[in-house]
Amino acid sequence: MCNTLTHEKEPLIKTVDLCKSFGESLVLDHISASIYEGEKVVIIGPSGSGKSTFLRCLNMLETPTEGSVFFEGEELTHASNLDGHRKKMGMVFQHFNLFPHLTVLKNITLAAVDARLHANRKQKAKLSKKQIVAEENEKAMTLLRRIGLENKANAYPATLSGGQKQRVAIVRSLAMDPKVMLFDEPTSALDPEMVGEVLSLMKELADEGMTMIVVTHEMRFARNVSTRVLFMNEGKIEEDGTPQQIFDAPQSPALQSFLSKVL
Amino acid sequence: MAKTLAERFRSAFVVEDRWKLYFEGLGNTLLMSFFAVLIGIVFGILLAVILYTNKRTGKLKILSFLSNLYVTVIRGTPVVLQLFIMYFLVLVSVKSGILVGSVTFGLNSAAYVSEVARAGLESVDEGQMEAGRALGLSYTKTMVKIILPQAIRNMIPALFNEFIALVKETSVAGYVGIIDLGKIPGIIQSRTFDYLFPLLFASLLYLAVVCLLTVVEKYLEKKFSKGDRKLVYKKRFGGKKKCATH
Repeated sequence: MCNTLTHEKEPLIKTVDLCKSFGESLVLDHISASIYEGEKVVIIGPSGSGKSTFLRCLNMLETPTEGSVFFEGEELTHASNLDGHRKKMGMVFQHFNLFPHLTVLKNITLAAVDARLHANRKQKAKLSKKQIVAEENEKAMTLLRRIGLENKANAYPATLSGGQKQRVAIVRSLAMDPKVMLFDEPTSALDPEMVGEVLSLMKELADEGMTMIVVTHEMRFARNVSTRVLFMNEGKIEEDGTPQQIFDAPQSPALQSFLSKVL
Repeated sequence: MAKTLAERFRSAFVVEDRWKLYFEGLGNTLLMSFFAVLIGIVFGILLAVILYTNKRTGKLKILSFLSNLYVTVIRGTPVVLQLFIMYFLVLVSVKSGILVGSVTFGLNSAAYVSEVARAGLESVDEGQMEAGRALGLSYTKTMVKIILPQAIRNMIPALFNEFIALVKETSVAGYVGIIDLGKIPGIIQSRTFDYLFPLLFASLLYLAVVCLLTVVEKYLEKKFSKGDRKLVYKKRFGGKKKCATH
């Protein structure tokens, strides 16, 4: 199941023999995969197949039991600067996980300002905290304008609809200027009429060239937006190919049976 | 007892400026309570964060064992005995009874606060920590900026329960000669042989302190509930009933 495309460049994310078990049960079974810059990878598979766990291992939200994860050539399992790497990997959760005690604007700028202050201290630059906050606020407003929620800047998350929350969560990650975005079932907790607005924002990002890894049950999105689809089953990547290969010519019986249920 | 109420009142408050005694006692009680609450909050939350961190990440094993031991011992022994131990055995060289009292009650309160704070921390959704960490914030920063503000909001009622109990608990300080508010009625009675007004007034002062604490509690609850769903709803609709009843 090797990828037919040839890449001269180093993969952005690479896993080698990645294993994760919770107690007795093995959730990820020796997964080796490479994801390259610019790819839009969609991970599909039956529930319990390890999709989310795989995604969460990529930024160490789950610590792998065995094997390694590389990001930009650096191993994350033993990285001393894990927080630094995470700043470059945006993550969007199923349940949004906005900070309910902070305004929408503060949600977006909190980590970004912190990262800037951190970098500032290292470089001994002369920017004051005020300047940084002002710049980040301006950037956050630009992002909010982009998703049409600039009038919600000072509102609290509880006043937003599910779709609005998820779009804010996406731009909160974008505020960090990530190199890759990880989406963990971003539309699964949404009311059906709000799925579209979130998917179209994700499609925009994809069109702009953002590297994305998306765990989703939205097969239409997988087919239309992705450049590559991974089918996971029982802790393994069972099939890896272009959306055409996966959806039009599924090889394994597990994928065939999965597709027959969801399409 | 042929004294009239007016005479009893006079001897309880006016004679020898006895009213000043109550406020002296009140002052000491407030001083002790204030520092005890301060120690209780800081040390209690620290204990809670240690226990919480150990439970979630498996780190800080030794510290969390010690914290658990501390909570068990402090909650398992009467505060009066703890006060005696501090006053007669540990802090013997400390002259100020108030200081000994503050430290004892503070350390005692910390054990109770730690359980309240732990429950508060655990009430915050796990996704909050994940979101903070995924954005590259450190564990400590996520704890301080994201988890604790939400946890404290949930802690406030139970926390004030503890503080209210604490203020009244300081009245055992009289056992080691600290002149706190609880001690005053006895002192005055020993001169006037009349408990009526001293007891009533001292109780009234305790009540006033507790009422004040309750006001602070309500204020803090409101301050920390920014972004709270119900509050937001109320603001949006101005508390008006939207139900048409014609």
